[in-house]
Amino acid sequence: MRLKAEIYISLKNTVADPQGQVIKSALNSLGYPDLEEVRMGKFITLTFNAKDIKEGEIKINEMCYKLLANPIIEDYKFIVKEL
Amino acid sequence: MRVNFGVVVFPGSNCDQDCFYVIKDVLNQPVKYIWHEERELENFDCIVLPGGFSYGDYLRTGAIARFSPIMNSILEFANKGKLIIGICNGFQILLEAGLLPGAMLRNRDLHFICKYVYVKVENINTPYTLLCKKRIVKMPIAHNEGNYYIDEAGLGELEKNAQIVMRYCSKKGEISDDFNPNGAISNIAGIVNKKGNVFGLMPHPERCCELELGSNDGLFIFRSIIEWFKQKQ
Repeated sequence: MRLKAEIYISLKNTVADPQGQVIKSALNSLGYPDLEEVRMGKFITLTFNAKDIKEGEIKINEMCYKLLANPIIEDYKFIVKEL
Repeated sequence: MRVNFGVVVFPGSNCDQDCFYVIKDVLNQPVKYIWHEERELENFDCIVLPGGFSYGDYLRTGAIARFSPIMNSILEFANKGKLIIGICNGFQILLEAGLLPGAMLRNRDLHFICKYVYVKVENINTPYTLLCKKRIVKMPIAHNEGNYYIDEAGLGELEKNAQIVMRYCSKKGEISDDFNPNGAISNIAGIVNKKGNVFGLMPHPERCCELELGSNDGLFIFRSIIEWFKQKQ
């Protein structure tokens, strides 16, 4: 089965996000003063083959844990869909 | 005393030659480059993971380098209690490899910082600091991701085991946020693992081993390593 994964990686809520803070102040100065918080992350897409969606999810979870995210500072979530 | 040093070269390393130069020409010790695709570390006493931008810092600093063929041998080398020093990007690689605890975030103010800073040597009972006479040393930093992070429990462990080797400080040795260049938790500039054989630091000792360069405060680290082997003999 050909699958596509969409992976979202973000800094944990307990970790300061200097990039998010700078983006927030830039948006503030563009005339959006009511922003509460901006946090920045990464978005990764992958196409791959697996037996079914479940096996695909197990593979993606492994990839996230081993390489794509650093579990010490980052959280991740993903969606696996059939192509 | 002859200590066989190995300097690992990843694609994108750029402080490898400075490390090599200091070890060979300033300290007169045997040193070899080790390409990241090699696996043999049998003939080395101390491995240096140099600074730079391994694999272009893609994904996260050190994240890709950590899976280089050489890294399995480095893990074994560390487990045998042998000496590994990771400088700047080398420190980041050691964190990603799990040889040292914690992780690096972007600098607090998002700038790449390249300047001399003062650091206080907090633990002189490591193979890397045992010859440290001045407790406050002047060393250059040059990084974008030096904002060291570890959770509270982890920080407690580091403190309990005296694993914090260096902290950013003022010229007089005061440690406070005013003298923290990058936002690192607890002003941490360098740590060792629990066993004390793996050392990671953000400042570049190899860039300050001759007075012509503005400071030779980095020398004590390399000299300590040699002294450690001498005492062990």
